[in-house]
Amino acid sequence: MAIGANDAAAVTAFNRFGLGARPGSLAEAAGDPRGFLLEELWTANVALIRDRAPPSGTEALQAHYLQQERVREERAKMAAAAMQTAALTPTPPVVSAMTPSRGPSLSPSSAPPMAPSAGSMMAEPAKPEPATAEPPRKPPVQQAQFLAEAEARLEKQLEARAGLVERLVAFWSNHFAVSVAKSGELRAAAGPFEREAIRPNVLGKFSTLLSAAESHPAMILFLDNQNSIGPNAAPGRFAGKGLNENLAREIMELHKLGVGSGYTQADVTEFARAITGWSVSGPNSESGAPGAFAFKPNWHEPGARKILGRTYPDAGVEQGRAVLDDLARHPATAKHIAMKLVRHFVADDPPSDLVATLARKFRDSDGDLAVVVSAFVSDDRAWTPQRNKIRTPLEFVVGAARATSFQPHDPGFYLPALGLMGMPLWQPSGPNGFSDVSDSWASPEGMKARLDIAWAMGQRMRGAAEPLPALKTALGETASPDTVQTIERAESREQALALLFMAPEFQRR
Amino acid sequence: MVRDPFDPALSRRGFVRAASAFGALCGFGFLPAAASAAGARDPRFVVIILRGAMDGLSAVPPIGDPDYATLHGDLAFAASGDRAALPVDGAFGLHPSLAAFKRLYDAKQATVVHAVATGYRDRSHFDGQDVLESGNPGPGRTESGWLNRTLAALPGGGKGSLRGVAVGATAPLVIRGPAPALGWAPPGGLAPAGADLTQRVLDLYAHSDALLGERLHAAVAAEKVASEQRDAEGPMKKPGGGPVEPMRLAAAGAGRLLAAPDGPRIAALAFDGFDTHQNEGAAQGLLAQRLQGLDAAFDALHASLGDAWKDTVVVAVTEFGRTVRVNGTHGTDHGTATAALIAGGALAGGRVVADWPSLRPERLYEGRDLYPTADLRGVLKGLLADSFGLSPKTLAETIFPESAAAAPMKGLIA
Repeated sequence: MAIGANDAAAVTAFNRFGLGARPGSLAEAAGDPRGFLLEELWTANVALIRDRAPPSGTEALQAHYLQQERVREERAKMAAAAMQTAALTPTPPVVSAMTPSRGPSLSPSSAPPMAPSAGSMMAEPAKPEPATAEPPRKPPVQQAQFLAEAEARLEKQLEARAGLVERLVAFWSNHFAVSVAKSGELRAAAGPFEREAIRPNVLGKFSTLLSAAESHPAMILFLDNQNSIGPNAAPGRFAGKGLNENLAREIMELHKLGVGSGYTQADVTEFARAITGWSVSGPNSESGAPGAFAFKPNWHEPGARKILGRTYPDAGVEQGRAVLDDLARHPATAKHIAMKLVRHFVADDPPSDLVATLARKFRDSDGDLAVVVSAFVSDDRAWTPQRNKIRTPLEFVVGAARATSFQPHDPGFYLPALGLMGMPLWQPSGPNGFSDVSDSWASPEGMKARLDIAWAMGQRMRGAAEPLPALKTALGETASPDTVQTIERAESREQALALLFMAPEFQRR
Repeated sequence: MVRDPFDPALSRRGFVRAASAFGALCGFGFLPAAASAAGARDPRFVVIILRGAMDGLSAVPPIGDPDYATLHGDLAFAASGDRAALPVDGAFGLHPSLAAFKRLYDAKQATVVHAVATGYRDRSHFDGQDVLESGNPGPGRTESGWLNRTLAALPGGGKGSLRGVAVGATAPLVIRGPAPALGWAPPGGLAPAGADLTQRVLDLYAHSDALLGERLHAAVAAEKVASEQRDAEGPMKKPGGGPVEPMRLAAAGAGRLLAAPDGPRIAALAFDGFDTHQNEGAAQGLLAQRLQGLDAAFDALHASLGDAWKDTVVVAVTEFGRTVRVNGTHGTDHGTATAALIAGGALAGGRVVADWPSLRPERLYEGRDLYPTADLRGVLKGLLADSFGLSPKTLAETIFPESAAAAPMKGLIA
């Protein structure tokens, strides 16, 4: 149908709730923007990555452990060889005892001195000097996994019909934040965490999502629970080791109840004791597949725990699960989650009546996230015409690529851009995730970075779409005359696209 | 009417001649055909696309034209005074930013072709750049650029010793197409958005988004302080302050690649920021800064190509020119004819080639623009023919389709 009066609502559907319009999609949604979003919610398996999925988290961690083992062996061998050489040859070392010299020859397998022009935006550009004979180094397995995960995620975001579900995936990934900066293990496991713990549960029960997230190896490792040992568990065997409250605290504060909702330090400590033994099988584990979640009964603090006024008898791993289940159903959790959802999608200062409505939906449906989100996008108060929020860096770059149908979906294009704008993938500075208020993105340096990225994207995407059709794709007829004229008067296509991406109508949602 | 515009006697009377020659569009007096040098040389060919429509009347000011000073107003240069152009002959000068180009000109290694335009007569940047780079007679066909088709027409089809390279973050259309080309970008990551784009975004926010405008303003102000700090720190200037250094770096990299014995032989670069609607400036200002960058690029190519410079042609071209009259915001609007700047050791240079149409108001194209008297395709075809020995048929059908009427300009190359 023709784009008309419902344009503004369709733009809101794509920008506030989705990942931006693709060619023709505003017209598809214009008849019933809310229905268009709901339809995506009810599409079977819409959140899952099924084609060309990267290896599982357990496999990724195993590959990482194997690599570490090889590196250790290599180092040991080299050290031994060095000692032997030193012992056997007091005179100048015999050449044959040394590692074979590669020599200065240009091997035919060496990388060409210049990459083809289709290389990625910010990939290290080839130097004009001739390449040396160094063979290209393979990236470590955890980095290969990370890149494969990034690509699979990006593919989903670019191909999503509306992008609401992908926005929810990103929302929950940020809610249950882990960071790849912590260790090689996290770099390997962060992508699988989103794929295995978040995606299957993003439209299911919150309690299921919570349990999957908190027991995933990535979360256990990120919040140091793998070595949290009950003070009275197998006494004497673990001298110098003990309880670590990190995971328990963040579950209570960040993942569920919210700070200031009435829990005490005693609750945190008790909860930490309840989840002692929640761990990850190490490389040489006999108790389970290396890299998988493992409950280690020997490390579990024996006895009943009292948390938020309720007593939980010792039931091994089930003790912690019972606590999680109750926390998932705590009224403070419903309010906390409702507030975060509204703040993310609608306004930094979320209207309290809308938050209350969604919190009630959350409680009434026993935390059914599809019900909560359906109620959210069906609520008039979520469709205010004012565009209060600034797109996050992720929404910004994905929105630009969707508006221009830019190919290829190469993560080498997006990852550095996200980093430069302060939102490196799966790498928030702390367990509270990236900030979700507009001010933190629309800071002076944030806007400058955004402008530079807009320019880089304009150059990159100029072959993919004409600026004025891209404007129509993204904003329909809703752009102001000033914006249209500014784009029309650009000195080049790349500048015109950059101006489109920087336009207030494109930045705000 | 065929005359030799390079006759010194004529040149001195250039503007007398020009007025009478007005009817002879593209009526170039061709120089004697140069001996084909393609066989003896290892030719290098560099194309620089200047995006935004360079003001040819400021880059190569026609200081001898009696109407110039009046019409080009406070943007006009003169033979002397505080807006003195670099002198090249009585008729033309060079913008003071073009000092290195002037040295090459004096060494007979630089040429200007003036009052030149593509076949495109409307004034849209997008379409104008498409026509300029695709080499097609009109807009709408952008599947390949003329430099790419040149590669395809050379022995090896772009895969042999005569290979191409696109310099910069993205390949300009002129070198895109089926023939393979390499890509190279100067190290240093992302090229920041330039002053022109920044100003346009700020202008847009000023009308429509106070918050975003305030934030971006704050960032720009901070950046200004930081760059003044860098300037104050002395000669170790880091790139990133203005457009000049990135332009120099891109050109230097291109030169090194082309100088390598087994490196590519053909390069394409693109510089932006020539759309000077506001505060164009004369000896200083927006255009002066861009031309300084272009001059630095010529200089860097000269230096980095070394011995290969003698076999080199560098041609800088833009999509169209700008209005002869100054607009209401100390700038110029979209026009028609402009100047093409050519440099290289392979040239028979030291000349401004022009069948000057004059700036008398009744001689202006549509009453506002410099009248085009030379077809840019003829200039490029002449350079390609004498650099690579390409046949007139290939040039007129494949590389610049439907351009038989624009004959290759002869004698540009020594």
